[in-house]
Amino acid sequence: MDHTKINISKLNLYYGRQQILKDINAGIPEKKITVILGPSGCGKTSLLRCMNRLTDLHPQARLTGNILINGKDILNTTDDITSIRKMMGLLAQRPYPLPMNIYNNIAYGLRISGRMNKRMLNKRVEHYLRQVSLWDEVKDRLRDPAVALSIGQQQRLCLARGLAVDPQIILADEPTSALDPLSSQAIEEKFNELKENYSIVIVTHILRQARRLADHVIFMYMGEVIEQGPADAFFENPKLEKTKLYLRGMFY
Amino acid sequence: MSGFRIKLSRSLRNKVHGSWMTVCLVFVISMPVIIAGGLYWKSSVLLHDHGVFSLIFSKEWKPLSGQFGFYPFIISSIWVTMTALILAAPICLLTAIHLTQYAKRWVLKIMHPVIDILAGIPSVIYGVWGILVVVPFIGNHLGTWLGKSVSGYSILAGGIVLAIMVIPFVLNILIDVFNNIPTELSEASLSLGATRWQTIKFVLVKKGLPGIVAAFGLGMSRAFGETIAVLMVVGNVSRIPSGLFQPGYPLPALIANNYGEMLSIPLYDSALMLSALILFVVVLGFNFVSRYIIAACDKRC
Ligand SMILES: Nc1ncnc2c1ncn2[C@@H]1O[C@H](COP(=O)(O)OP(=O)(O)O)[C@@H](O)[C@H]1O
Ligand SMILES: [Mg+2]
Repeated sequence: MDHTKINISKLNLYYGRQQILKDINAGIPEKKITVILGPSGCGKTSLLRCMNRLTDLHPQARLTGNILINGKDILNTTDDITSIRKMMGLLAQRPYPLPMNIYNNIAYGLRISGRMNKRMLNKRVEHYLRQVSLWDEVKDRLRDPAVALSIGQQQRLCLARGLAVDPQIILADEPTSALDPLSSQAIEEKFNELKENYSIVIVTHILRQARRLADHVIFMYMGEVIEQGPADAFFENPKLEKTKLYLRGMFY
Repeated sequence: MSGFRIKLSRSLRNKVHGSWMTVCLVFVISMPVIIAGGLYWKSSVLLHDHGVFSLIFSKEWKPLSGQFGFYPFIISSIWVTMTALILAAPICLLTAIHLTQYAKRWVLKIMHPVIDILAGIPSVIYGVWGILVVVPFIGNHLGTWLGKSVSGYSILAGGIVLAIMVIPFVLNILIDVFNNIPTELSEASLSLGATRWQTIKFVLVKKGLPGIVAAFGLGMSRAFGETIAVLMVVGNVSRIPSGLFQPGYPLPALIANNYGEMLSIPLYDSALMLSALILFVVVLGFNFVSRYIIAACDKRC
């Protein structure tokens, strides 16, 4: 059996009186791509945001249960929240570059993590830009504002920015939904390369994308996990009626 | 047939509406031009007699002997405005950040109407409050504490009253500025291991900078032009103020105190029109500069 990177048990999320996630039990395997699949509004984004505790930002959000990362509970802990969040790179539905130039978008996380001399910083920035195949496109205009890039380039920049703080996990929330087909493909290819070294969680409601990328699938519906397991078994041999219907495109 | 007639009358109506709108638009756009033109025309007599520079930089204000030096008034205006801004800026910025980033949502919901009410209080009331509270406080407490003998009617009193007046105005804009920044941007910064405060300092303030500049620019032009509340507490002595505890005499107070009273003195009305023109140009300048900075920042970030 694989090593489990993130282990979620008995997780409930409430916004005020409304319950968004209901008794979630799920495992995210290490150095694989896990796809969280399900129709819009079923709570995929919410589940992802629990994993790096962005739910803390909402005063009316309440969490119960456990999320273990490397065996350590991140919900009920006195550990520094910033060090927990740094374990995970986040990629949002649309790219949100920081309001600074291309170079500083990557350097931001590095500078915050600790002092680094100029030469070292330059090297790291180049390294991560190369890792997302952006270096050749931007090396002559590192001082340009990041918003001057195309949306597809911006999303790759956001990926590089996340990688720069040396996370173990990548959380991606429908990372291609704002992109054109070519840029989407570029991002998907990156995920396939990156899973050598990172545990990747991708939220999507696009079945075909899930089939292309997933090693492991978590299928959600109305705030609950319906079925989960290795991708082959999940797509070829779903156990539950609801899953079969969904895979046949009977509901969204 | 009837369809055709409706069509005709409709297009006619559109035309009439269109031309009315054009008239209104031209009217609104030409207002500032007309005002500026009128002020210039009225003050041109004095300008021709003395020249702009000697008027602005001359310190002597002796209308009876024909000396019209605006320098003390301009300096007073700058002092009062800057004092107000320096007092108001940190309060506005920190309050806006607190309300939008840390406070529970219901707090902001309560604060919004409160701020609107504060912004809507007539300035005379702020002036009265200044006379009753701020002036005696400065005269009796702050003055004795600092070992100075002062009346309390001072630049500082004007600055404090002005600061209180512009705070709700600037705060309202700042809250909008911070609320308009997408939460995903803070989430991005937080997920990179930044603290809330680092996120605010390095990302949110930077992203909101054009809006922040605009808010303070507009607040400044408002402070610069505010008349009655300042006039009531600032002392109105036409001398160049040498410190915060000295009385001052800002431009708007000069106009309000004297217009219609001493117009028998030759050139006096022309001088007051010139101070109105200076006021107008400065306020317009603040507006243009803040807008220019917004445009420049929009391109950069
Ligand atoms: N901040 C919030 N406050 C209240 N309800 C929310 C909040 N965020 C999400 N929800 C609700 O949680 C449910 C799940 O949303 P989400 O996790 O975004 O679904 P998905 O990503 O699968 O489309 C939705 O019904 C949504 O209205
Ligand atoms: Mg979502």
